[in-house]
Amino acid sequence: MRFLLLFSRQGKLRLQKWFTPMTDREKKKVIRDMMTLVLARQPRTCNFLQWRDLKIVYKRYASLYFCTGLDDQDNELLTLEVLHRYVELLDKYFGNVCELDIIFNFEKAYFILDEFLMGGEVLETSKISVGVSMEEADTLQETMEEYMSKPAY
Amino acid sequence: MPAVSKGDGMRGLAVFISDIRNCKSKEAEIKRINKELANIRSKFKGDKALDGYSKKKYVCKLLFIFLLGHDIDFGHMEAVNLLSSNKYTEKQIGYLFISVLVNSNSDLIRLINNGIKNDLASRNPTFMNLALHCIANVGSREMAEAFASEIPNILVAGDTMDSVKQSAALCLLRLNRTSADLVPMGEWTARVVHLLNDQHLGVVTAATSLITTLAQKSPDDFKTSISLAVARLSRIVTSASIDLQDYTYYFVAAPWLSVKLLRLLQCYPPPEDAALRSRLTECLETILNKAQEPPKSKKVQHSNAKNAVLFEAISLIIHHDSEPTLLVRACNQLGQFLQHRETNLRYLALESMCTLASSEFSHETVKTHIETVINALKTERDVSVRQRAVDLLYAMCDRSNAKQIVAEMLSYLETADYSIREEIVLKVAILAEKYAVDYTWYVDTILNLIRIAGDYVSEEVWYRVIQIVINRDDVQGYAAKTVFEALQAPACHENLVKVGGYILGEFGNLIAGDSRSSPLVQFNLLHSKFHLCSVPTRALLLSAYIKFINLFPEVKATIQDVLRSDSQLRNADVELQQRAVEYLRLSCIASTDILATVLEEMPPFPERESSILAKLKRKKGPGHLPDIDDARRNVNGSTEPSENTEATKKSSPSLMADLLPTNRPRPASSSPIMLSAGTMGSTHPFTDLLNLNSTPPSGASLLVDVFSDISTAAPAEVCEENFLRFVCKNNGVIYENQLLQIGLKSEYRQNLGRIYVFYGNKTSTQFLSFSSSVTSSDTLKAQLNVHAKTVDPVIEGGAQVQQILNIECVSDFTDAPVLNIQFRYGGTLQNIGVKLPVMLNKFFQPTEMLSQDFFQRWKQLGAPQQEVQKIFKARHPMDTDVTKAKILGFGVALLDGVDPNPANFVGAGVIHTKNTQVGCLLRLEPNTQAQMYRLTLRTSRDSVSQRLCDLLSEQF
Repeated sequence: MRFLLLFSRQGKLRLQKWFTPMTDREKKKVIRDMMTLVLARQPRTCNFLQWRDLKIVYKRYASLYFCTGLDDQDNELLTLEVLHRYVELLDKYFGNVCELDIIFNFEKAYFILDEFLMGGEVLETSKISVGVSMEEADTLQETMEEYMSKPAY
Repeated sequence: MPAVSKGDGMRGLAVFISDIRNCKSKEAEIKRINKELANIRSKFKGDKALDGYSKKKYVCKLLFIFLLGHDIDFGHMEAVNLLSSNKYTEKQIGYLFISVLVNSNSDLIRLINNGIKNDLASRNPTFMNLALHCIANVGSREMAEAFASEIPNILVAGDTMDSVKQSAALCLLRLNRTSADLVPMGEWTARVVHLLNDQHLGVVTAATSLITTLAQKSPDDFKTSISLAVARLSRIVTSASIDLQDYTYYFVAAPWLSVKLLRLLQCYPPPEDAALRSRLTECLETILNKAQEPPKSKKVQHSNAKNAVLFEAISLIIHHDSEPTLLVRACNQLGQFLQHRETNLRYLALESMCTLASSEFSHETVKTHIETVINALKTERDVSVRQRAVDLLYAMCDRSNAKQIVAEMLSYLETADYSIREEIVLKVAILAEKYAVDYTWYVDTILNLIRIAGDYVSEEVWYRVIQIVINRDDVQGYAAKTVFEALQAPACHENLVKVGGYILGEFGNLIAGDSRSSPLVQFNLLHSKFHLCSVPTRALLLSAYIKFINLFPEVKATIQDVLRSDSQLRNADVELQQRAVEYLRLSCIASTDILATVLEEMPPFPERESSILAKLKRKKGPGHLPDIDDARRNVNGSTEPSENTEATKKSSPSLMADLLPTNRPRPASSSPIMLSAGTMGSTHPFTDLLNLNSTPPSGASLLVDVFSDISTAAPAEVCEENFLRFVCKNNGVIYENQLLQIGLKSEYRQNLGRIYVFYGNKTSTQFLSFSSSVTSSDTLKAQLNVHAKTVDPVIEGGAQVQQILNIECVSDFTDAPVLNIQFRYGGTLQNIGVKLPVMLNKFFQPTEMLSQDFFQRWKQLGAPQQEVQKIFKARHPMDTDVTKAKILGFGVALLDGVDPNPANFVGAGVIHTKNTQVGCLLRLEPNTQAQMYRLTLRTSRDSVSQRLCDLLSEQF
C-alpha cells in the first residue's frame, strides 16, 4: 500500500498517510487527483480504479471516503477489508464513529492506524490486540488536572 | 468504549478546532490560524518554561494546522523535546509530529535519532513500538543508516515481546524498500524464516510480509521459507474457521496471513520436492473447492475475504503456470465471476484473466469467454470495468480472433470514454499490425482509427502505417486508392491528410491511370485541405507536391504556380517559406534525371520493432525509459555506426527523421539544397564520431611487427568493462580513455567474422610506435583463429586508423581474445588491453521454424545436460521491445506465435563452427510481477548451452 487518504464528500481531507517517500508537491497532486477521480464516481460502481501504475481501492463510509493506492501485487479485495477493519477499529474506539470524531481527535485516528498498519502492510489483524494496545495507551494518559497540578520544570 | 480520551485530553485544541470549523470563509480561517500561530510562537519563545502538557497541546495544534494544508516552519524543536518525556502521550504526540512533518534533511535528525535510540533501548514495549513506528514512518536514509543494523537484533532476540517483533519486522521491511543496501543480511535472516513457525499469528503475518520483500530481492537466501509457508498455509486452509479465534475474519480463517503466504510463494517456481508440491496443490484445490461452497455469512466482508484468498491462489497458479488442471479450474472460476452480480468481482475476474490469457495451458480456455467479454465492453456501466474488458480482449487476441476483436474495439471506440480512447487506439493499431494476414485489412483498420478517433491517433500510429506501406509493395496501390477515397470526405482529420499526403506523394502514380484519380485530381484534392492544416502538415504537403512534380510532369506547371504564390514564397513561417523557395527552385533548375534521383521513392525502412508498443507501455505507468544502451532498438539494423550518446538520446525523433527524405541513402555528392529542403524542422542529431564511412589509410608498415615483437609486455589489466554490452550488438565504442577511443564494427557470416577496429587519437599530438595485436589463451587458440592485419605505427593527433581482424571459429569456445595496444604518447609508453567481444553467439545463423517443428526439436533436446536454465532478477526495466531487440541481436530468429504465452520469447538458431554446427533453441519467460526472468537454453552440446545461457542472462 502506498498511501491512505480519508476525505469527505465535500473534498475536505481528514487524514493522510504516506507509506513511501514523496515530495510535498507529489502528495498534493495525488490528493487532488484522488479527490477528482473518486468523488466523480457514480454510486454502486466498482471499488477499484487504475491510476497511473497504481491500483486505487476506495470505499465510502457515510460521509467519508477511504481511498488507498496499491502496488501492482497487492490484493484489492483484501484491501477493502483493511479499510473495513480500520473503520471497525475506529468504531470500537469512539463508539459509533462519525466524521466529527475524526476531526476532533485526528491524533487518535493516526494512532489507531499506526497500531494496525505499518509501512503499508498490515501489522496486526486481530481486533482484540489492537483494541488492547489502544486501551493500554489510554491508561497511560493522564488527565488534564494531573498535568496542571504538577509543577512546570 | 468509554469516552476516556475523546478530546478531553486537550481542551484548548478542541476549542481551536471548533473555531476553525466555525469560520465562514477561507480568509477568516487564515486569520484565525495566523492568530493561533502568533500565540504559539510567543509561548515557545516566552521566558516561562512550558510544562509538558502545554508543549504537547501546542505541538498538536501546529500539527492540525499543517494537516489543514498550511506551512509550519517552527515547533520542530519542541516536538523533539517531547520525545524525551517519560509521559506516554507527550512522547506519542512528539513522534506523530515528527512522522508527519519532519523531512529527511532536517538538522534535527540527530536529536530525533537520539530520542529513538533511547526508546529502543528502554525495553518498554510501548516506547519501543513508538520508536519503530517513527522509523518506519519517516524511513529516510539517515534513519536507515542509524538503525538498520540494530532492528534485526530486536526482531530475532528471544526475549522481545510479540508486538515489538511485529513492528520490528515491518519497520525492517520499510527500510529495505527504500534503502536495501543499508540493511545488512546475515545470520538473522535464517532466524527470520523460522518466525513462520511462530505461535503468534500476528508475528507470522508481519514476518511473512518481510520475508516476501526480502525474497523478491534475493530469492536464494530465503528458499527455506517455501516449505514452512506451504505447511503454514495448509494448516490454515484445513482448519475449522473458529480455531484461529480472533484471526478469523467473518468466518474466513486468517485471510491476511493466507494471502501473504500465497504472495510469498509467488517469489518462487513450483517446489521441486514432490511431496511439498502435492501438499501445495492440495491447498490450492481446497481453496478452489471452498469457492463452490455456500457462503457462511451473507456479509460482504465474508465474501470479500474469501475471494481475496481465492484470487491470490489463482495468481499463484498462474505464476507457477505448470498444472494444467489447476489452470483450467482457475479459468472456469474466473469465468463464473465474469457474470457475477458484484461489479468488483467482474472487474477482478477480467484483470486476472488477462494474465491467464498468456499461459499456454489456459489461453484457449480464456478464449471461450470472448462473447462475455465483448458483452461486458458493451453493457458495463462502469468505465473502469470496461477498461479491463479492453485489456482482456487485447490479451486474448490471436490470429484466430483478431478480426472480430479489432472490429469490436473499433465499434466501441465510437462511444468510448475520452479517458481511455488513446489507449484503445494504440491497442487496435498494435493488434492490427501484429495479426494482419493481409495488409489491406491493416490499412483499412488504421484509416478507420483515424476517422473514428483522429484526435487520439498519436504520431507513432501514423508513422507506423507509412513505414509498413513503404516496406510492402503489395499494399501500396491499395493504400493509395484507399487514402484517396478517404480524403474525399468533406471533413477529414488532419492525421488523414498527413497519411494521405505522404502516401500519394510516394505512390500516387499507382492510381493515376484512372481518370477519376488523375494527377491533377489528386493534387487538387490534397491542396483543398492545405489551408485548413497546421504548419507541420503543410510542410509535409509541400514535400508531397515536389514529389508530384517528379511523378507527374504534366502537373508541374500547376504546382509551380502554387509554390510561387505569395502565400507560400512569403509565408511568415520560415520552414514553409524555405520549403516553397527551395522546392520551386529545384523544380526549375534540376534536370529530369536529377529530379528523379533526388525525389526517388523512399527506400524500405529497416525492420524495427513497433514504437507503438513502447508508447503503450509508457502510458501504462511512469516506468522509466530504458537506459541509453537499451534505447538503441535497432540492434540488428546497423544503420547507426557509433555509440554517440547524442544520437541515442534522441531515439524517438530518429523515427521521424527516417520518414523524411534527409535520411534516404543517396550519393555523397547530393546537392546541398536537398539537405536543407529535406529537413522538417529537426536536424538529424547524428554525427559520425568514428567516421566509419571514410576510407581509412591502408598500407601496413613492416616496422610495426619488429617493434611489437620486442616489447610485448602484457598490459597490467585487461579492460572488459564494455564486453558484455557487445553480446547483442556488433558496433560501438569498446574502450575509451583520455587519449584513445577504440570503436568496433563487426560482421559475421557462418563461422567467419571480421572486425574493423578503429583507433581514434583524441589528443592533438602524434601517437608513435603504435601497435596492436591479439592474444588468446592456449585453450582458445585451438578453438578460435584470429588474424590481425598490421596497422600504421603513427596516428596523427585527431586522426583515426583502422585495423582489420579476421576471425574463424573452429569449435565452440568460452574465453575471449584480448586486444593488446601499445604506443608512445609524449615519451611514455602506453599499454592497453581490451577484451575483444568475440563470443560464441556471434556465429549464430537465425533459423525460422514453425511451432510444431520447434516443439518437436525442443523435446528431442530433452536430456538433462542439454538444457541449461537460469532464473534471474531483471536489471533493466522489463520492456518487450527492448527484450526482442536484444534476442534478435543475440543472433537467433525470434519465433512469433510459437509460445502460447505471448509474453514469452522463443528463439532458434544454429551456431556455425568449422568442425560442427550446433542447433540451439531458447526460451525466455519474463515475470513482470516478480521482476524476474527464466531463461532456458537447449542445444546438443552442454558447453554451448552453458555459455549461451551465461552470455544472454547478463543482458536483461
